[in-house]
Amino acid sequence: MSLEVENLSFSYGENKVLKSITFTAEYGEFLSVLGPNGVGKSTLFRCMLGLLVPSSGAARMDGEDISQMRPEELARRIAYIPQSHTPAFNYTVFDMVLMGTIPRLGRFASPCEPQRKQALEALEHLGIAHLKDRGYQKISGGERQLVLIARALAQQAGVLVMDEPCSSLDFGNKIRLMQTVRKLAEEGYAVIQSTHDPDQAYLYSDKVLALYAGEVLAWGDPRDLINDSLMARLYGVDVEVCRLRDDSIRVCVPVQRVKTKRGTK
Amino acid sequence: MKGRQKISDTGMIFLFLIALIVLVICSIALGRYPIGLKETVGILGSGIFPITPFWSAVQESLLLNHRLPRVLLAGLVGCCLSASGASYQGVFHNPMAAPDILGASSGAAFGAALAILWNLGNAMIIGFAFGFSLLSVGLVVFVGNRARGMRILGLILAGIMISSLFSSGISFIKLVADPENQLPAITYWLMGSLNGAEPKDVGLAIVPMLAGLIPLLLLRWRINLLTLGEEEAKTMGVNVGRLRMIVILCATLMTAASVSVSGMIGWVGLVIPHLARRLLGNNYNHLMPASMLLGAIFLLLADDLSRNLFATEIPLGILTSLIGAPFFLYLISREGERL
Repeated sequence: MSLEVENLSFSYGENKVLKSITFTAEYGEFLSVLGPNGVGKSTLFRCMLGLLVPSSGAARMDGEDISQMRPEELARRIAYIPQSHTPAFNYTVFDMVLMGTIPRLGRFASPCEPQRKQALEALEHLGIAHLKDRGYQKISGGERQLVLIARALAQQAGVLVMDEPCSSLDFGNKIRLMQTVRKLAEEGYAVIQSTHDPDQAYLYSDKVLALYAGEVLAWGDPRDLINDSLMARLYGVDVEVCRLRDDSIRVCVPVQRVKTKRGTK
Repeated sequence: MKGRQKISDTGMIFLFLIALIVLVICSIALGRYPIGLKETVGILGSGIFPITPFWSAVQESLLLNHRLPRVLLAGLVGCCLSASGASYQGVFHNPMAAPDILGASSGAAFGAALAILWNLGNAMIIGFAFGFSLLSVGLVVFVGNRARGMRILGLILAGIMISSLFSSGISFIKLVADPENQLPAITYWLMGSLNGAEPKDVGLAIVPMLAGLIPLLLLRWRINLLTLGEEEAKTMGVNVGRLRMIVILCATLMTAASVSVSGMIGWVGLVIPHLARRLLGNNYNHLMPASMLLGAIFLLLADDLSRNLFATEIPLGILTSLIGAPFFLYLISREGERL
């Protein structure tokens, strides 16, 4: 057991953004959260990260209510990996990763040798130790995303929450990043990512959570759940699921122009 | 970049420290009334070691009552303004932030001008400067937090507005001030000067200054995390609200104390942290001590020039702008070269 979301609802004033969401994310599992923009994916993530307090229901980490946990305690268990961004100041890649060690440091302490070792190991683990002295602003988007993952590894949390990690990556980097993330899940991390791409759920994920209008449309094995009718409901497009290599690989291929009305119910 | 790596960042900070110590001693020796380097070291050392005086009583009194406090204040003010600039830049993750951004300087200036107008004593001038500086910061934080959405930008805009309010307040005070005594006093003080620094000024200013400097030194690495943005820092377990408040309070305290003793000295808080960023990178672990030391060195040099360059003293504020502004233009025109 690791991250558990039970009957979680959230409203901004009158506006109900999340309605009774329930799912779990186990260690060693890669969960993709699928859904169009504005369905509440980031609100759900914010609730899981302790940034928002749910109106009812709860998100629990190893059984503990996340909204009751101290921030540094939560940060030791859940690491957030934002979309690659450009911070105001150009830190070296190493300094950036070193910041991940903060949840286990004392109030006035700054990182020493053990933390530096941790940061270096995280970089080596992802095969980007050669970037260590480069400026974070000066490396490519794919490299930046890897650095943010390395920072999360240095944070030594068991759950990794990623906000559309592939959003700004080119085709090759997208695939390489997904393979890296897949590997992390196999090493025992619970990985949760938000994405728009059903193929990522098919190819790399163990579970899929489909959100629409603040509700769970489907949760479980992507192979059981992702089909033409789900994609039509989520995105309003017609797709056909193609089975390749004796059904060891499945992909969604759009077969028609985007419809103007959501349909095929 | 390759050449830069020869000296480690820690080594460079150590170098700055040695440079500062040498500069302090030289600055004390420097002045219109001749006191040799040997006498300077002798007088300073006699406080600790039993040295038979080989200097004149005039020299000793001049040194201890005038030069030493002035040099100490110049170093402290430079150190504080620069450190608060570096801190504000981190808190607002904005490279252009400076002590002026929170209206700390103009608030303090308004308070002091008001105290001069009401003919209050020296201690009250300092007290008023301090009070209004904190009031100004409080207002800016309050108004800035009410701006929905972009809180960081809101804060900076509020800072510009409140500063401008206090500036017009100062203009009004100048208008109604007695042109014989008050107006020159206000005007001269606003220009920024350490002229007439006394030992008791050091005693008054050093407490709030240290109260700001020490927590900032202890928390310096954590300021890095504030530059990542609020949500990201929170997910890493940082108590963002509390840390930000502590850093702002410390930085403002130091600014207010500096303005109280030296008037408006511009540019130090913007230029020196940027120079330190160029030399040592953006990690506050090194940036904070380097900013402090370089700020002290810079203002000490500027004050030496201000005292010794011409027969009449040039107000320090004018000099720092004169050096700071072109230097900053040079820095930003080279933006992006490092790494």
